Formats: sequence, structure tokens, C-alpha cells
Amino acid sequence: MNEIIPLIRCRQLTLGYGNKEVVRDLDYDVNVEDYLCVIGRNGSGKTTFLRGIAGLLPPRSGTIELCEDLKRSEIGFLPQISVVQRDFPASVEEIVLSAFQGKKGFLPFYGKARRERAMECMALTRTESLRKSCFRELSGGQKQRVLLARALCAAERLLLLDEPVTGLDPESAETMYRVVKDLHRNGMTIVMVTHDVDAALNDATRVMNFDQIAAKGK
Amino acid sequence: MPELVEKLSFYLEFPFVRYAIIVGVLVSLCSSLLGVTLVLKRYSYIGDGLSHVAFGALSIAAVLKLTNNMFVVLPVTIAVAILLLCRVGRDTRIKGDSAIAMVSVGALAIGYLLMNIFSTSANVSGDVCTTLFGSTSILTLKIEEVYLCVALSCVVLLVFILFYHKIFAITFDEKFAQATGVNATFFNLLIAVVIAVIIVLAMNLVGALLVSALVVFPSLSAMRVFKSFFSVTVAAAVFSVMCSLVGILIAILAGTPVGSTIVAMDIVAFLLCYVMGLIRGRA
Ligand SMILES: Nc1ncnc2c1ncn2[C@@H]1O[C@H](COP(=O)(O)OP(=O)(O)OP(=O)(O)O)[C@@H](O)[C@H]1O
Ligand SMILES: [Mg+2]
Repeated sequence: MNEIIPLIRCRQLTLGYGNKEVVRDLDYDVNVEDYLCVIGRNGSGKTTFLRGIAGLLPPRSGTIELCEDLKRSEIGFLPQISVVQRDFPASVEEIVLSAFQGKKGFLPFYGKARRERAMECMALTRTESLRKSCFRELSGGQKQRVLLARALCAAERLLLLDEPVTGLDPESAETMYRVVKDLHRNGMTIVMVTHDVDAALNDATRVMNFDQIAAKGK
Repeated sequence: MPELVEKLSFYLEFPFVRYAIIVGVLVSLCSSLLGVTLVLKRYSYIGDGLSHVAFGALSIAAVLKLTNNMFVVLPVTIAVAILLLCRVGRDTRIKGDSAIAMVSVGALAIGYLLMNIFSTSANVSGDVCTTLFGSTSILTLKIEEVYLCVALSCVVLLVFILFYHKIFAITFDEKFAQATGVNATFFNLLIAVVIAVIIVLAMNLVGALLVSALVVFPSLSAMRVFKSFFSVTVAAAVFSVMCSLVGILIAILAGTPVGSTIVAMDIVAFLLCYVMGLIRGRA
């Protein structure tokens, strides 16, 4: 096995909302080329942990450190429930392309390379035929696949997935797992929250069980 | 009909009428572009609140007898816009909508109070009516106001075009944008400032109470018919400019108040789009 290099280092990490602490004093490293599966009961804090890593929830105390010169613009992110409004007018293509906005190389328009990359990601998630469709008129599973394509577009070194297969038909779920596995094989670090324990454990190199973490914290 | 055309060309001879048209087109263009973002972020009411703040600031400027009231109105409105858009929206402990209602009504009341107590003008209620509903005649635009308006509009347009994709990303899914390296705080700030500028500009055209119509109607109309962000943005701009042009021309010809005529046109356009949306939905 190659040596273990931390990519994200959590130290004494406490995360919470209002006056409620969800994650308490957590020490945990996500390492380079991990395929980390995060499992646990509903409400055990998986999403909270992922939001912390994604930089969306400032720690109460402790630190989350991006190591190995990792930049936010190299992270792809699939949120659990999309906070996207119901009647937002946007085409699938516009949404997938918006994944590039954090990247360097400021231009008011998208270059050819990025358009091609977006097409690839849409092909991987089987959404290329929906390219011109209106996002708000898609089914739940189709929406999930579009957001997955967006996450793939943004991900260069780290991919954060919160229940990616929720709402997908078996075939799409299987492609999803295959795509993620391929990415991992090519050097991408994966953090995936899932309830699909069996399927996930086939591919994962590490498992983080929030039921045990919560129990230990108390 | 021939008399109408004659009357129109007679009016167009005057440079200030042409200025008014230029200002009208630019302001309605800017307000419709940012209006799409405002409506989609569920911030329509912030436009309304800000215009009341601008009115309050205007009355303070009047009390101080400043020659160019923009130097008070613009900074105050920008400051409140930043407070409202970048703070209240996030902090769950302060109820966003009630904070805005407080600021908005408060500014309106204080503004009217100040104008009443300190005004030296013989016709206070006339002045107030003008700032609230826009001047009855667009011929009152001063040349400095026109220059300032053109300059600010160009800046707003430039910002919008340069950051169009960033604005889309943040409007569509701010969390994703933030997680993938977009400086969401900065762009929210930028959007707040630009919106404040637009509100102040639009107040010259249609008056404080009618500003949010310029912001909200074109994008709502466009959203009835179009389905991608780009097409909605373009359509909102086109609708807005057309309505303002027609509104200003009618106002000149019929002698109606400019602001309310423009808004009436916006309402007509919205109804047309609504019906079109229904027909499309059926087909
Ligand atoms: N925005 C919020 N405000 C307040 N409390 C929250 C918020 N989001 C989550 N919580 C609380 O934090 C705890 C952990 O929630 P979290 O979403 O991390 O669970 P989860 O493990 O992802 O569950 P699930 O399997 O249902 O997705 C829960 O008890 C929940 O009530
Ligand atoms: Mg969750």
C-alpha cells in the first residue's frame, strides 16, 4: 500500500446548529486517494460533517484543514437535498456549466474545453439528452443526475457526495457507482454519505460510522 | 394619428425629452437584468424596502439643502442594501421579512416627517408626491442627473455582463458555488451594491413607490414564457425596455404621469405573457 497522506485534517472538530452540537471533538483525517464511505442513522450528523468539510458550516471549535495544497475550486459537491427553488428557470446545460465558476481562468464565457468536459460529465450521468431541457420540469431522479454531473465537472481532486443514489433507478445507481469507482481509480479522493451500505462497501477503502462516533462523543 | 406623430416629433426636438428617453431605457434595462436575480432569490420585497430607504435619504438631503442629493442617497441606500441582503437573509434569529418591513415603513415615515417639518417649499405634498410616484413631467430631469445616470447604468451593465455566470451560479445554488470555490460573500456584496444603485437610479424615473415594479414585473413576465436563465434574462431586458419606451411616449403624448404609465405597460406585458404561458402549457 502507498503511504498515507492526509488531504483533510479535522482536529477537535465540533459542529452544530443553534445551541445544539451534532459532531463533538472529532479527530479524523480524510487521506489522499481514500474512497471513504460515511454511514449512520438518520440524524446522526453525516450531512453536517460533509457540510463542514465543504466549508458551508463554520466549526464551533477545532479546525478543518485542507492539506496538500487542496483548493476549494478542486472540490466537487453533491448536496443532499437540493436547496434549488422549485420554479427556477435554468437549462440543464447552464447548471452543469456553472460548476466551473470557482475555477481559475476568469472569462465571461466558457471555453471549448470546458464545454466538452461538461458534455462528458453529462454523458457519464446519462443526462446529455436532457441538455436543453428545463431543470424544473425534470423528474426527481433526473434532477439528481444533473446535479451529479455538475459535481463531477467541478471535482478535480476531491468529490463530496451526499446520498448520491437517492431517487435513482437501479441502472442509474449502478452507473453512478461505476463512474465514482473509475474516478477513484484515476486518483480522485471520494467522500460519500450513503445508506446503501452493501453496494458502497464493495468499493470503499474506508468506512466512517457515525453511530459509533456519536456514541463515543456522549 | 398624424397629429400624434407631429406632436411626438415636436417633443423629440427638445434635448431633455431625448435625455429622458435615454435615461428611461438604461434604467429599465439595468433594473430588469438584476430583477431576475432578485426575484429568484426571493428578495422581491427588498427592492421595495430599499426604495423607501432611498426616499428617506432623499428627504434628509433635502433638509440639509444639498445641491446634489445623490451623495447622500446613494451611500445610505447601498449601506442598507448590504445590511439587508448580506446579513438578514442569513441570520435566522432576525426574521428577514419583518426587519425589512420595519426599515421600509420607518424610512417612509421619517422621510415624510422631515420633509414636512423642514421644507421651505410652498408645496410640500406636491414635492412628496413627486418623489413617491415620479415627476408628472419627465422634463424635470437635470442634465447632471442624466450624466450620472448614464455613467452608473454603464457600470451596472458592465458588472452584469462580466459576472453573468457567477451571478447565475450564486443565484441558482449559493451553497454549491461556495463549496466549489466561488467567493459567495463578495458576489453577494456586489449584487447588493448594484441593486442599491439601480433602485436609486430608477427612483428618478418612476418614483420611490413604483421602483419595485420595474425590478419585478419584467422578470416575472419573462419567466412565464421562457425556461432557461439566459433566455429569461434577455427577454426581461427586452420587455422592460419596450414597456418603458412605450410608457414614456404615451406619457408625453397623453400628459399622464411617467412612472405610473410605464408600470401600467409592464402590467399589460405581464398579462400578455401570463396568457401566453397558459396557452403554451396547454399545447
Ligand atoms: N439546519 C439545521 N438546523 C438545526 N439543526 C439541524 C439542521 N440540519 C440538521 N440539524 C440537526 O442535526 C442533526 C444531524 O443532522 P444531519 O443532517 O447531519 O443528519 P444525517 O446523518 O445526514 O441524516 P440523514 O441520514 O437523514 O441524511 C439532526 O439531529 C438534525 O436535527
Ligand atoms: Mg444527511
